[in-house]
Amino acid sequence: MANKTEVTEHETTSTSASDHSSFSRLLFRWYGRFLVGFVLFCILMYVAELLGLPKEFIGYGFLLLTLGLYAGVGIATRTGVLDEYYVAGRKVPAFFNGMATGADWMSAASFISMAGTLYVLGYEGLSYIMGWTGGYVLLALLLAPYIRKFGHYTIPDFMGARFEGNTARVTGAIVGIIVSFTYVTAQVTGVGLVMARFLGIDYNLGVVLGLSAVLLCSFLGGMKAVTWTQVAQYIILIVAYLIPVVFLSIKLTSVPIPQLMYGQAFANIDAAYTKPFNDWSSAQMISLIVCLMLGTAGLPHILIRFYTVPSVRQARKSVGWALLFIFFLYFTAPAYATLTRWEVLKNVQGQPFDVVSQRSWVVNWQKVTGMLAVNDVNKNNIVDAGDLRFISSDMVVLAAPEIAGLPYVVAALVAAGGLAAALSTADGLLIVISSALSHDIYYRIVNPRASPGLRLKLGKGMVLVAAALSAILALPRLNLIADTVAWAFSLAAATFFPIMVLGIFWKRCNPAGAVAGMIGGLVTTVAYIGWSRFGTSIVNWVPPATGAKIENIGFGDVIQAVPQALGTSDAHYRLQIFGIFHTGAGVFGLTVALVLAVTFTLLTPAPSKRIQDMVDALRRPVLKGEGDGESGLTVGRADPAMASPSDQ
Amino acid sequence: MQVTTDLEARAQGHWNENKRLIVTLLIIWFVVSYIPVFFAEALNGINIFGFPLAYYMGAQGSLVVFVIEIFYYAYAMDRIDRKYGMQEEY
Repeated sequence: MANKTEVTEHETTSTSASDHSSFSRLLFRWYGRFLVGFVLFCILMYVAELLGLPKEFIGYGFLLLTLGLYAGVGIATRTGVLDEYYVAGRKVPAFFNGMATGADWMSAASFISMAGTLYVLGYEGLSYIMGWTGGYVLLALLLAPYIRKFGHYTIPDFMGARFEGNTARVTGAIVGIIVSFTYVTAQVTGVGLVMARFLGIDYNLGVVLGLSAVLLCSFLGGMKAVTWTQVAQYIILIVAYLIPVVFLSIKLTSVPIPQLMYGQAFANIDAAYTKPFNDWSSAQMISLIVCLMLGTAGLPHILIRFYTVPSVRQARKSVGWALLFIFFLYFTAPAYATLTRWEVLKNVQGQPFDVVSQRSWVVNWQKVTGMLAVNDVNKNNIVDAGDLRFISSDMVVLAAPEIAGLPYVVAALVAAGGLAAALSTADGLLIVISSALSHDIYYRIVNPRASPGLRLKLGKGMVLVAAALSAILALPRLNLIADTVAWAFSLAAATFFPIMVLGIFWKRCNPAGAVAGMIGGLVTTVAYIGWSRFGTSIVNWVPPATGAKIENIGFGDVIQAVPQALGTSDAHYRLQIFGIFHTGAGVFGLTVALVLAVTFTLLTPAPSKRIQDMVDALRRPVLKGEGDGESGLTVGRADPAMASPSDQ
Repeated sequence: MQVTTDLEARAQGHWNENKRLIVTLLIIWFVVSYIPVFFAEALNGINIFGFPLAYYMGAQGSLVVFVIEIFYYAYAMDRIDRKYGMQEEY
């Protein structure tokens, strides 16, 4: 009987269908108004620009207004209820959860860095496009519905329940913290970059200011506030991404559909752009795609979004909406890169050097340290291929509107979009880190009797700690956002993804296998990244002349060092095995994780009947009239009072 | 007892159909994303809407298939849920 009550509470956290549809209608009305308001604001700023409003004010207007908006949503949706703080009350409709997931997941890497990487690499850069969308297929088929069915608060909760005990829980929490810190550092770097360039303030100050807005939001309202802010951030970032490309397309091809028109650009830019494997080996490209796909499906801040929908059915649909919303940006990113490259070839290269070097974007980007190098190498007063170098390709998206001479409003809009992308992801990651510390480690292990009030306070405290730590980690300015982010995906691909999938699809999998797999995957991946990326500086290895080409490497010559990215002057060198370097490290970790998980599982006894029943229950949505059928899911909850996540 | 057996049979049938669907969709997923990379050199010789084919698959083609696959899965699972009496209210 006790079980039955728990189950009922567990399944009825959602209210009736009509409540849901009226809630959806309300949301559509509010966010519809918001979209109209935002577009009107853009038009207003454009008129103001035409009337002579100075550029600085436009930049301030966009950035401060959006920051204020996020903080406002945070304050308006603040909460003192644990269920709302951790899983937004589990009533987010599939469509809006899709939007929030889109913003949660599209980070500074997608918005700021990706098109820049495509700009430099051409074909190989498409790894990011395919990897970061294809992962959603894995998420939809292998994880999201089961996560929703499980229905707790965190991913370590799943580990602890499925793999009975605190070892798996703690391992899960630690891995989650490492993955999320790696990822959040890149976001904070993106925030600092945008603020430094468009507010004209110091990078470090930009980091602090940007993070304060995140904090106001996730500190007060947890997952609930983060969800509703992310929906707004999605709207801003998608408008901000599409507008400049449409303008570029009109300017270059006079048709406003860049996704169709950029095929034309290929005839006008260098053929090397679409040529495969001139920058990377095919093994590297495949490995990176594997890591990005599996990592996408295994990242804890994305997985927990599927706790917030009302049902398994909604979880399945929600993944579809999420990918559709992400698709709009990804479908456009290669167009953004290609059209920008065309624009640079047409209107920058070959122009008089003294004119170009006085253009305001050239002057301004040089001020942001380490972004743009301008030097008339052969003193012919013509901009040649090497005279204007994007030291970091991260500036491409942000600078494109100005390079193309679009109104400054567009540039400021893009900056606001980049900020939205970085902040929305940072929000989600901070929640993961804070709940790993306060919920998984403190409440579940150290002090299971902690009162809800104490747990909420601790959760908020940990958000502050996590934010402060990530700011400190971001101060040294890591090289490239996309690289750092790729590491986070490699880590998730080698730890959470294989173990969670085994946990759902292989009943025999047991705690020994899960823990060995996660630790083995983590250690291997970290070691490979460290060796490949930083190995050369440890042995004091002297790089060959820049411009060395990357070759496909056979097993015979195991190690070869090559420049990081052709077309940038950033001379980082990397070590590799089978032509795979640090951003593809996850494939090695994944292999180790799978081998260890299977070996250790088979050497130790099968999990108990209780756990096997729980796996059965995970695999099916609600059984009508079969209350006891779901009792397996309450197994593994340390405290009977916590039987239902909605009990507070 | 009768009920339990029935439940087990339904659950097993539901899970088997689910697995079959997952495997089918994963094969499609693999074909549209990895195969074009394996044969990138050859495929880029073919032109589609002005794009080299391998580039097109990476930039647009595979993405469209991914989106369709996920919505199809949600739709097909709804039907399977109903078939085995496991549909949710909302």
